[in-house]
Amino acid sequence: MQLEAEAVKVERVSYDYGHEKILDDISFTVQEGDLLGIIGPNGAGKTTLFSCMLGLIEDYEGIIEILGQDIRKKKKVLQQIGYVPQKKSVERGYPATVEDIVSLGTIGKGSKGNIRTALETVGLTDYKERRIGELSGGQLQRVFIAKALVNEPRLFILDEPSTGIDVETQNKFYSLLRKLNKENHITMIWASHDLEAINSLANRVACINRNMFFHGESHEFFENPELLKKYSESSMQAHMHEQHHHH
Amino acid sequence: MVFEILQAAFMQRALITGIAVAIICSAVGLFLVLRRHSLFGDALAHLAFGGIAVGLFTNIYPIWTAVIVSVLAALGMTKLRQSTNIPPDATVAVLLSSGLALGIVLVSLSGGFSVDLFSFLFGSILLVSQEELFMILALSAAIMAVLLALYKKFMYITFDEEQAKVSGLQVSKLNYLFIVLASIAVIASIRLVGILLISSLIVIPNITAILLGKGFRKTAAISGAIAVIGVVAGILLSYVANIASGGTIVLVLVMIFLATLAVKYSSKKQRIEKLKTARS
Repeated sequence: MQLEAEAVKVERVSYDYGHEKILDDISFTVQEGDLLGIIGPNGAGKTTLFSCMLGLIEDYEGIIEILGQDIRKKKKVLQQIGYVPQKKSVERGYPATVEDIVSLGTIGKGSKGNIRTALETVGLTDYKERRIGELSGGQLQRVFIAKALVNEPRLFILDEPSTGIDVETQNKFYSLLRKLNKENHITMIWASHDLEAINSLANRVACINRNMFFHGESHEFFENPELLKKYSESSMQAHMHEQHHHH
Repeated sequence: MVFEILQAAFMQRALITGIAVAIICSAVGLFLVLRRHSLFGDALAHLAFGGIAVGLFTNIYPIWTAVIVSVLAALGMTKLRQSTNIPPDATVAVLLSSGLALGIVLVSLSGGFSVDLFSFLFGSILLVSQEELFMILALSAAIMAVLLALYKKFMYITFDEEQAKVSGLQVSKLNYLFIVLASIAVIASIRLVGILLISSLIVIPNITAILLGKGFRKTAAISGAIAVIGVVAGILLSYVANIASGGTIVLVLVMIFLATLAVKYSSKKQRIEKLKTARS
């Protein structure tokens, strides 16, 4: 069997915000070529974990390595990451075209990139003159993917918005993810609330709820009724907790 | 008659200064407007007023004291914004009134200054000296050079600070640099429209250009053109009609804005009507 390289190694990462433990001793690895689905209820710390991996939060405990480099020591390695944020909309009148935004992906990284190819890959070639405020949520998501693609990253981190995108658009998005992973050989870390989509796309799953709840092969998670039950219970609890806080 | 007016040296100086200032204010302004910092120019200008009063009070060339006071205060404000949870509009309000308060106190301490102060408040573009012209041109050239070199980075930060940070931009350093540029642009434009009217130069050409629905570079270019047209027309009009130049410039800009709005609104209405008749 071919020995695959480690794309990401998260080792005993903890992060406190004030007196609250947001991340508690999280460890996992991602091999190159993996499509790792991250699931967890709202407030489970997914976005915080991403912030640590992207270098936005630096005062965490533990070690995060990307492509074998400690990100706090070798910041340059962060430029191998394409980040697709959770942004759902842009102000309607915002004076920037799709091309303007995609071209932002080329700065700060020293590569010229290929805007045209990136737009082609996400299927937005005909939209390049459009103002981004006029796009739907799904199209905007693809603009951000194109922006991340411009630099030919080896790793994608996607924080998927949980609501506001229709099923058809969502399916197109999923097939794009599959294509990027299989054809462009981009390793993916993808946070989503859509268990079904994770089940069909991801080969590995990490389930977090402040601490690591499960980490392993996708089928191990989805074929284990006990784990699924435990997960839905903890989601429900988080949901109730949130509701309680809202009232 | 226009030809005769244009031959006068004071008018040439006024127009050249006006055009330079129009361009830098609209360029800096696009980023300020998009970041919802439209009133930031006002705060900087009021701080500059405090700085000018310091200069008049201490007999130092007031523009230099204005630069020092507003750059320092603007840096302080950026620091405040980055490291506390105080809402940005509140910090603007604090700076705006502190600058004005400093100015008023110094004015009252000295028993009132000469007409100088009045010209700083409302502008006096026709009185620009050769020396000031060179200074403003040099400042404008420097600001434009930095903006052109870094506009994409500023655009990225303006669009989404977090994404800009992730892609390796030194966001907080660039924010400080931008604020220094904005402060200098505001001070360079005091001569043109005065402290009280500066935010109009920063805001109006940009919101007019944004209405036209173009991309980033075209919007910036259109905004610059509108600012230049407004300033040139305003200066000439004010001279011919013998009215205050600062106010005239601003009113011309407001008129361009309203006309654009009207055209845009009526063409939109027409499109809707057409759609309706096509459907029925």
